Amino acid sequence: MAENKGVLVCGEIDSKLASITTELLGCGRKLADDLKEDLSCLLVGDKIGDAAKEAIAFGADKVYTVEDPLLKQYQADSFIQVVEKVAKDTLPRIVLFGQTSMGRELAPRLAFRLGVCLSTDCLDLTIDPNTKLLRQTRPVYGGNAQAIFVSEFMPQVVTVRPKAMSPIERDALKQVQGNIIPTRISIDTTKVRTKVLETVKEEVVGVKLEDAPVIVSGGRGMRGPEPFKTILKELADLLHGAVGASRPPADNGWVPEATHVGLTGKIVAPDVYIAVAISGASQHIAGCSGSKHIIAINKDPEANIFKEAEFGVVGKWEEILPAFTNKLKELL
Amino acid sequence: MPGINMIVCSKQVPDPEAPPSLFKVDTVANKMVTGPEVKPVISQYDEFALEAALRIKDKLGGKITALSLGNKIVRDVIKKALAVGADDLILLEDEAFDGGDSWSTAHALVAAIKKIGQYDLILCGRQSSDWDAGQIGLGIAEILGIPAVTLVRKVEVTDRKAKVERVIPDGYEKIEVTLPAVITVTSELGALRYATLKGIMAAAKKQPIVWKPADIGLESSQVGAAGRRIKLTKLFQPVKEAKCEVIEGETAAEAGANLAMRLRQAKLL
Ligand SMILES: Cc1cc2nc3c(=O)[nH]c(=O)nc-3n(C[C@H](O)[C@H](O)[C@H](O)COP(=O)(O)OP(=O)(O)OC[C@H]3O[C@@H](n4cnc5c(N)ncnc54)[C@H](O)[C@@H]3O)c2cc1C
Ligand SMILES: Nc1ncnc2c1ncn2[C@@H]1O[C@H](COP(=O)(O)O)[C@@H](O)[C@H]1O
Repeated sequence: MAENKGVLVCGEIDSKLASITTELLGCGRKLADDLKEDLSCLLVGDKIGDAAKEAIAFGADKVYTVEDPLLKQYQADSFIQVVEKVAKDTLPRIVLFGQTSMGRELAPRLAFRLGVCLSTDCLDLTIDPNTKLLRQTRPVYGGNAQAIFVSEFMPQVVTVRPKAMSPIERDALKQVQGNIIPTRISIDTTKVRTKVLETVKEEVVGVKLEDAPVIVSGGRGMRGPEPFKTILKELADLLHGAVGASRPPADNGWVPEATHVGLTGKIVAPDVYIAVAISGASQHIAGCSGSKHIIAINKDPEANIFKEAEFGVVGKWEEILPAFTNKLKELL
Repeated sequence: MPGINMIVCSKQVPDPEAPPSLFKVDTVANKMVTGPEVKPVISQYDEFALEAALRIKDKLGGKITALSLGNKIVRDVIKKALAVGADDLILLEDEAFDGGDSWSTAHALVAAIKKIGQYDLILCGRQSSDWDAGQIGLGIAEILGIPAVTLVRKVEVTDRKAKVERVIPDGYEKIEVTLPAVITVTSELGALRYATLKGIMAAAKKQPIVWKPADIGLESSQVGAAGRRIKLTKLFQPVKEAKCEVIEGETAAEAGANLAMRLRQAKLL
């Protein structure tokens, strides 16, 4: 049997090369260099355009582009056909996906199709110098611990948490050396058993959570939708930031799902994360522990959030927040 | 479509909402250990999956089978599925099932699903509350060769099809999928209903069906730890130094104002 070689990044395009893909390329470049093997990137869509060149500039040696009008919209059943074919034809040693809406679906499917077991949501990936196997570090038990997994079955498939890896410096000159390989794969539409009837976007006005330098998040202790629109919003606006939430406010419909931070919500890493009436469950912390500074406001001095925070105030937000916001208005 | 057959995969886990300080790593055994204070529960998203199934049954009727794989499954915990309205409870319970990975667990669940025979909809949690892998539902779909929709917050079944809402980062998709299918459920679907007294009493009288590997046509070497395709080499807890500076004041309001001054002084804001 042919030996598996090289690292394959399954890229994503959101009008341009997605930031998660540049992160995967950064991580993949390092792994490929350690193995002294190639880094390739797969891009799938109806029109790929400049994203292929960008993938080269961000570190790929080779880019497989699969363009087809049938691939305009992401559907697991059509995209998996492409990923499976490319993985079978190119026999990579390692396949990297983002822990995204798409990667979460495609990676397990690919792994089960190829007879391997994967690790999702990895925070760290390194090559074991002795065995050349991939050491896959991921959080488990809601973030209460981390585990390192290793698999001898090829390819080694993982998904990587957004923002856990850094892209390499974009090198525009490299674009000329890179190899872009347009690849035709015919999609068997009889195997597409789902149909997207409608895509509904719940636009959040103002600064996007993922880009916000400051996030003011509220938890179950806010007790309703109102404070998210008034006092938390006012504070977030003052700081040019965005309003976030723990899971209960999102589950209760107090805030749009897109504001939900955590293991099963958004992973954010702002400069300042202000957690108001959030207890600090590990699953919530998993989404904000990358923040430079965490600030907690909670009436319970024993709340776990104080173990994560750098600064905190113990007391009711109803009393603390107005004074805090007013003082900031004076000072800023 | 009367009489839709549903299978809900439900796993027993240590209460994921227990305080983080109660979760410890036994580095010798390479295992998580939780204190006796941490009660076993049905994995959170599996409860949401059960609720999704119950809502379908409320509307269309049909049968719900709860399926759980593990070792030493606590009857009082898992019987909650029966108490809220599942019709059958099947346990894949044996020492040999211990220590599996997603690969061996999904294959054992599929062997059981094939033995159950009839299924229109298989419901799973989006991820388990212990290992947080988010793989089993898709694994089951792949092995059975049926479609899957993940991160579902709403399901409606009509005429051999399901219409579902799938959560995406900035909204949701309305998706139609042919049956049989796997659906993995997310928290926005809504919490599991409470069991009624009648339900609890009926569940107390029912006994779960227990299957061993041989009952589902598998060798001990194919299940649990023996059937793994990925190795757990190390389990650890990164150390973090607790260093919260608690800002005080005569009143809570004053503490709030003091926090603002302290953050300005520290040049954070
Ligand atoms: C597999 C899994 C995944 C999960 N994913 C996520 C996730 O992605 N994100 C997430 O957030 N959760 C997630 N959870 C849920 C998580 O375990 C917690 O249940 C949740 O984070 C709790 O939210 P909370 O802190 O807002 O609520 P609670 O834990 O109820 O805390 C409310 C806090 O508010 C404080 N409070 C109440 N009133 C006031 C007041 N007037 N002033 C000041 N403080 C007050 C209380 O002291 C308390 O600390 C997940 C759970 C599981 C099992
Ligand atoms: N041992 C098990 N028994 C029954 N169902 C399981 C088991 N493990 C996982 N599942 C199902 O698969 C889902 C995803 O699990 P995982 O892939 O482990 O995160 C869970 O929410 C359950 O619905």
